[in-house]
Amino acid sequence: MSATVATGTRAVADQRQRSGLADWLRRIAFYALVIVILVPFLFVFYWMIINSFKTLVDAQAWPPKFFGFTPTLDNYRALFQDPSNPFLDFTINSLIIATGATVLGLLLGLPAAYSIARYKQNGLGLAILTARIMPGISFLVPLYIIFSRLGMIDTYASLIISHLIVTMPIIVWLMVGFFEDLPRELEEAARVDGAGIVGTFVRISLPLSKAGIVASAILAFIFSWNNFMFSLVLTSVNTKTLPVAVFNFMGYSSINYGAISAAAALITLPVIVLVLFVQRHIVQGLTAGGIKG
Amino acid sequence: MPQGAARLPAPGRSPWSRLAAFVERRPDKVFPAPAIAFLLLTMLFPVAYTLYMSVQQWEFSALDPPTYIGLQNYANYLFNDPRFWPSVWRTFYFTLLAVSVETVLGVAIALIFNREFLGKGLIRTIFLFPMVATPVAIALVWATMFDPNLGVLGYFVEQLGLPPISWTSDSRWVLPSLALVDIWEWTPFITLITLAGLSSLPSEPYEAARIDGASPRQILWDLTLPMLRPTIVVAVLFRAIDALKTFDIIQVITQGGADYSSETLNIYTFQNAFNYYHLGYASAILVFFFMLVMGVSILLLRVRRAAE
Repeated sequence: MSATVATGTRAVADQRQRSGLADWLRRIAFYALVIVILVPFLFVFYWMIINSFKTLVDAQAWPPKFFGFTPTLDNYRALFQDPSNPFLDFTINSLIIATGATVLGLLLGLPAAYSIARYKQNGLGLAILTARIMPGISFLVPLYIIFSRLGMIDTYASLIISHLIVTMPIIVWLMVGFFEDLPRELEEAARVDGAGIVGTFVRISLPLSKAGIVASAILAFIFSWNNFMFSLVLTSVNTKTLPVAVFNFMGYSSINYGAISAAAALITLPVIVLVLFVQRHIVQGLTAGGIKG
Repeated sequence: MPQGAARLPAPGRSPWSRLAAFVERRPDKVFPAPAIAFLLLTMLFPVAYTLYMSVQQWEFSALDPPTYIGLQNYANYLFNDPRFWPSVWRTFYFTLLAVSVETVLGVAIALIFNREFLGKGLIRTIFLFPMVATPVAIALVWATMFDPNLGVLGYFVEQLGLPPISWTSDSRWVLPSLALVDIWEWTPFITLITLAGLSSLPSEPYEAARIDGASPRQILWDLTLPMLRPTIVVAVLFRAIDALKTFDIIQVITQGGADYSSETLNIYTFQNAFNYYHLGYASAILVFFFMLVMGVSILLLRVRRAAE
């Protein structure tokens, strides 16, 4: 008992002391630590952006130039003006495929997620989780053979189908949680008023889950946009996506760090902007949806 | 059934309204049907096809169709392929190295950030960037940083007065270098999951510990970390499964070099399938890779259940 009293008084004394100089030092030390932690994570982005504005000479300077050089837009200009490397076309390809895979992912995924949530179809949920665990290459080899036989290599259709393997599980996984949290009273009221299950789903459940749908759509879009392995194998001249284009780009400008950095920055920028809208759901989406590699 | 019978459409109605009636009756079958059809088509069928291809010899030629060779592909990689087993060990080495560092760093950073302070929300946002940024783009930036002559990492090492490292061109350093990229990408993942876990811990045990006069160190080791264990196990589970399958950063930065010393199982399978077009052989290796990933997943799920 006396020990409790002693710690109690000590805590009070501590508190009084902390409000002074010691408290400020503590705070400064804490923020210094936070900065030390953040610097390595931010530096890679800083280096990418700053190199993208460097001339060839500045990008190859030793010691490396961290600041204090004359910035140039030449790297970005070259990306869009090089006819042998039509960056704009690659961007359009990436947009078409990511949008297609997201829209189809929603069409397939939303009713499935609703059904899993409402009818407790845990087995189906587990099957979709298996898609998340399986190595992407185990889909890719058979898909490649099938698409070649059908003459579908380098078409938007084959790319969108393959990206669906990535987008649909994320959408289902995120949306099961959203649908489970929906109050059932509204749906039941609609049913009592004579609405069918499809009408209830489309007019009541979906509008109520708008936030979740937007979040899962954005995440699905990002995963498709970032996808490398499927696109590397299934695209050629007609449907080449940005990650593949930039990967090839490295081959013939391996020394031009400025150009490489500009290309890298251009692919990453849309993702960073999109992420700002769906921050809260990202970790949830990453733990369940999407296949890497 | 009488109620359902009452709802049945009158005979002679259009097939469309019959379909609508069926949807109303069995939404639990109809709603997931398109997704299930897609899963069967893109998951189950490929798995079956891979098993079939794995007992064939086929170099992706239209003139030479696949020929049945029994288990020869399996015997070849298990016993005769000098590149196979090293790629398996590298896969484990890379995963173990990356995930263990990510776990220790990620949890430590979460414990530091676990308080209210100005800018916490901003830090959470910044920590999302490495995980979602396009891996190919990130890998390209790291590739420029790893350059043995002009790379900025070499400059930092020089400033620290350390002997120069050849990073990805040195067969001893290439996997640790690639693990460094993975650590950069995914430590924030462990941190964010741990932070979420920390915020949901009950406060009563802490009050009890304070009354008992426990030191901060005791509270950390005897209270916080044991209570966090299920959260950390889940985070490690997801990381380990993904790290075994790492493709993008390795393919972009080294493509399995220097001198095969970063050729993991995923990269080796990819090489066999899409560079050499040994599709039968690649399918046989895929069966191994698939079972390895599934095996590790089941093992980790067991650990997770034990931790809970």
